[in-house]
Amino acid sequence: MQRRSLIQAALTAATLTAFGVTSALAENPALKIGFVGVTSGPAAAWGISNQRSMEARAAWLNETGGYTIGGTTYDIEIVSFDDQKDPKRAIAGMEKMAQEGIHYVVGPNVDDGAAAVRPVAESNGIMYFPYAFPKSLYQAPASNAVLGMVANYQSGPAIYKYLMENKGVKTVAFIAANESDPLSQRDGGVAAAKELGLEVVSDNVTYQVDTTDFTPVLTPVMRSRPDLLVLSGVSPANAPQLIRSARELGFQGIISTETAQDAGVLAEGAGDLAKGFISVGGASTPELASPMMNEFVDRYTEMFGEYNDESNTKVYALEYILETLKAEPSAIDDVEAFKAKMDTFEAPNPYMNGDAKLRYVGMSSFGQKRQVAVPLVVNVYQDGAFETLFVAEVD
Amino acid sequence: MEQILANGVYLGSQYAMIALGLTLIFALMNVLNFAHGQMYVIGGFVTYTFYGQWGVPFVLALVMSCVTLAILGALIERYLFAPVIKGPAREESTMLLAAGIAFFLDAVILLVFGEKQSGVPKIVDGVFNYDFRLIMPYDRILICVLAILSIVAFIGLMQYTKTGRALRALAQDRTAAQLMGVNVDRYSMIGFALGAMLAGLVGGLLVTITGVNLGMGGATSIKAFMMVMIGGAGVISGAIWDGIILGFMEAIGLALLYQYGDITYLLIFVSLMIFLAIRPQGLMGKPWG
Repeated sequence: MQRRSLIQAALTAATLTAFGVTSALAENPALKIGFVGVTSGPAAAWGISNQRSMEARAAWLNETGGYTIGGTTYDIEIVSFDDQKDPKRAIAGMEKMAQEGIHYVVGPNVDDGAAAVRPVAESNGIMYFPYAFPKSLYQAPASNAVLGMVANYQSGPAIYKYLMENKGVKTVAFIAANESDPLSQRDGGVAAAKELGLEVVSDNVTYQVDTTDFTPVLTPVMRSRPDLLVLSGVSPANAPQLIRSARELGFQGIISTETAQDAGVLAEGAGDLAKGFISVGGASTPELASPMMNEFVDRYTEMFGEYNDESNTKVYALEYILETLKAEPSAIDDVEAFKAKMDTFEAPNPYMNGDAKLRYVGMSSFGQKRQVAVPLVVNVYQDGAFETLFVAEVD
Repeated sequence: MEQILANGVYLGSQYAMIALGLTLIFALMNVLNFAHGQMYVIGGFVTYTFYGQWGVPFVLALVMSCVTLAILGALIERYLFAPVIKGPAREESTMLLAAGIAFFLDAVILLVFGEKQSGVPKIVDGVFNYDFRLIMPYDRILICVLAILSIVAFIGLMQYTKTGRALRALAQDRTAAQLMGVNVDRYSMIGFALGAMLAGLVGGLLVTITGVNLGMGGATSIKAFMMVMIGGAGVISGAIWDGIILGFMEAIGLALLYQYGDITYLLIFVSLMIFLAIRPQGLMGKPWG
């Protein structure tokens, strides 16, 4: 399946290069938008959904004649860089974007990468849209980063509260990989759980990033018999193994995470043992999805041979960049104009039914509007696919 | 305590299997095969493709992993390592070659199998649970038994067959073995193929438990090197014992030190440094090499 998808993607890219893009580029000037994120290794699914969402949307826009900003119609060109979840490579990636004269970049996907690229972005006039949660990236004096999703300290409390009220959860245990993202997410989760009145029965078990068999790691956690096991910041590769080991060790409670997951990877790695696993999903549901979102999903699937639910969130970053540039054309070379526009920017949300708006939020979490407004969709895994558990809004 | 012992045996058998192939190649050719982890990953992906994707019986898929890696190993030895070893190049050339092969195989894995985590259905359902004092899924017990049987079979091959005797002779003294009539080129290729096959076998076995992804190769190589260094580079019995020791250290550390955070491997690495400072030739290696 993956091999077929890869070949399909390669052929699509080759065809686009040979016919579509080349001829279109000859007509319209190119507007380059960057992506720096992880597209290989255990967390690859996070960055791949970013890159593919951007490529699918750009191909769609280019196919329909390009995107008009301030009277000029541009073809959208996505310039991608795989940082392999390594902060050093993330810096190299952001420097590459600066060398190419790119002012708007999506990514990186993780905390240390997002923190590492900050000086490069700020000194080169680049606005970047990380999927990383450190508040310092979005609070003044920082001003170039815009959080591209809902943070764990926003989704975690919502999930715990829901489980307390609807599933009678009273005790919780946390387990995290021994690296910066999962550990900071664990600490945030522990604080949120305590504030809600949950009893935290285990929060000091961690595992090596390269762990492949979690049974020995999970054994002491299982002895604490929690109602809820939170896999803090777990990567899509590790989630199925952790779930499988926990269930095999006899754990019958609820398992959740505040990171996005891949249903296909869960199905392969944990099968039915993953039933009931709760995670933050892409920012759409069948009820919320507009015809444009459905068409995006179709185009993405046709282009890459599969679809990742997380792309329901990842589709937004490029849309926010383009819509804000359309609203403030001078921002195309001037990120200060972009920042100024963010405070008042509002546009119809094409991916949601009803009168939903694209707008920047984050005043309550960051003290300034440095987060894209997307719905918080919490999913539960059932029979090979995610089902919506509940939807909420955050600011 | 029962759980610690069981986890120790289980992890130890895995690690011993991983280290065996690496130490065999080092013993025969004095080559540090940095691509061992990537070979392990390819073994996992071959079993994943045959068993997980195409529905071929698991044992047959495992055989396919072994055959694929044996052929790959033979080709790598014949066309890459053998010319470099025979040439007047410095010894470091083989290390650079091995590192290059590791990067190349990573790229091939990415191209052919993709970047995502892949897993296969469980080969045996159910969990052995002795009063919550000892919990072990049946598939892990089966994999542990298969790993131990494979190690026993490998020792048998090395001890009691003509090929095994030739390989041991080669490992002890290459020139003397050649003078005794051992076809050095042929047995070098067989030895490398056997080492690669062991990587494929353990990759195929463990994909049923851990799944497999592109990023596992480097981490696997590091663990394997660690075991080989402690056991004594090129000493097969040393690799087996050290796999078991590492498995028990990990099981004990994870069970008793969890409240202090992830310090198990920190302590293991500190122990390794102290141990090597005292006994640089490793547990069962000879001081003269």
